[in-house]
Amino acid sequence: MMRGYEKSWSLFLLFFILIILNPVFSFSQEEEAKNPLFNREHLNVLVMLAVFAVFFFYFIFTARKGRPLYLRKIPGVNAIEEAVGRATEMGRPVLFVPGLDDIDEIQTLAGIGVLGHVAKITARYDTPLIVPTRRSIVLSVCEETVKESYTAAGRPDAYKPDNLRYLSDEQFAYTAGVDGIMMREKPAANIYMGTFYAESLILAETGFSSGAIQVAGTASITQLPFFVAACDYTLLSEEFYAASAYLSKDPQMLSSVKASDYFKIIVIVVLISGVILATLKPEWIQSLQNWF
Amino acid sequence: MIKVKIPIFITIIVGIFMIAKFFLNVLWIKAVADELEQWGMIVLAMAIVLGVANILRVNLKTALKKGKDWQYKLVVVISMMGMILVGLWDLAMRGHVSAGSEFQYLFDVIYTPLSATMFALLAFYVASAAFRAFRARNVGAALLLVSGALVMIGRVPLSAAISGYLPKIADWIMAVPNAAGQRGLIIGAAMGVIATGLRIIFGIERPYLRGE
Repeated sequence: MMRGYEKSWSLFLLFFILIILNPVFSFSQEEEAKNPLFNREHLNVLVMLAVFAVFFFYFIFTARKGRPLYLRKIPGVNAIEEAVGRATEMGRPVLFVPGLDDIDEIQTLAGIGVLGHVAKITARYDTPLIVPTRRSIVLSVCEETVKESYTAAGRPDAYKPDNLRYLSDEQFAYTAGVDGIMMREKPAANIYMGTFYAESLILAETGFSSGAIQVAGTASITQLPFFVAACDYTLLSEEFYAASAYLSKDPQMLSSVKASDYFKIIVIVVLISGVILATLKPEWIQSLQNWF
Repeated sequence: MIKVKIPIFITIIVGIFMIAKFFLNVLWIKAVADELEQWGMIVLAMAIVLGVANILRVNLKTALKKGKDWQYKLVVVISMMGMILVGLWDLAMRGHVSAGSEFQYLFDVIYTPLSATMFALLAFYVASAAFRAFRARNVGAALLLVSGALVMIGRVPLSAAISGYLPKIADWIMAVPNAAGQRGLIIGAAMGVIATGLRIIFGIERPYLRGE
């Protein structure tokens, strides 16, 4: 016998499949035949993705066999627990800013991955966690993530829904709101993880002036220098993406970081070969360059 | 368990269609992927209701009970409700809330100057952050100080009058060491995006799901 919610989910799934199959019947075979099946312009991306996928699944297989995976230490990630500990000692809250973009941006998802671990630590230490968001869908996802973390830490009672706040969709209204929280509620640790734009330095400098320890992580290249200048620790692009895997200590998650490290070796070899070949300029290099 | 498995299944299906759309020239796959993208946009747009509900829940309660900082919270609620009412009035009277409407007028005369003021603060924050960052405490910081000073001098018209080499040095710093560093970060970020994307598409990382 199916329970009520199982029935609803099954109906939703059926509806989902029917809707996505709807456009399938609206094209004729003749229209299809006009175009080549494979987009050759993206062949290089496919090759690189396939190589990465091979490493990715190899390390997942290795992790499932129980072989330990070593990852170098990332000081910024280790600083997160230290920052929460400091907030606990001072009896002040922790502020987590999940960036400005919506849930369709991968940096936001990576930031929310880190939020899950931060929430587990704050639940364990019984420290208030404030999460202001710029997008309402991000708020919903953050609510679920934090609730789940508090439950996993055995402290569902400590979860305070009023600490997860939607402020505004407008960039500087949101910035003013977060600055206001920093100045009025004086969080002892500010953690910025996600996509940031011109407001990055305004947030980080306000946080600095409020005396908070600050950890930032972003892959927004133009904002990294501001975070490096104003924050105590900064996770630079790939470190930021690796942070949630690193914090989870889950072998399957870590295997993706390991795959990324091995893939980096291939990229370095390709880059060095490219430099040598571009310098020597043999005749056949032109066709290879065109391929890339 | 079904609460976890079905969202993961949907994530995998949507992810596979998006990847297939990128690599294949199959019309029905493109159509399905476009349809799913539109669903996403509709969901994102409708979610604003959740935001409004959250603002009311968090602020109205404190404002009515005269809790901590209740005055600010009252201003937030009144401003939001005021703009919603003016927008609805414009919709009823004019049929739009764009140029020439009271809603647009309030946005232009209240929010835009406030936003510009926040943005202008950046000038002072750049100065204070640069003051801290440009202290030659170690070799790395000293290199940053020297290169930063050279780029700043090389970018002003006066630098050419001092020496013809200064603008060239600034250009070289930006085009060679700076570009190399940025490309390294971009390549690293790209690998992080692939790793995170695969983790999410295959349901290995799912921070948004409860009931695991």
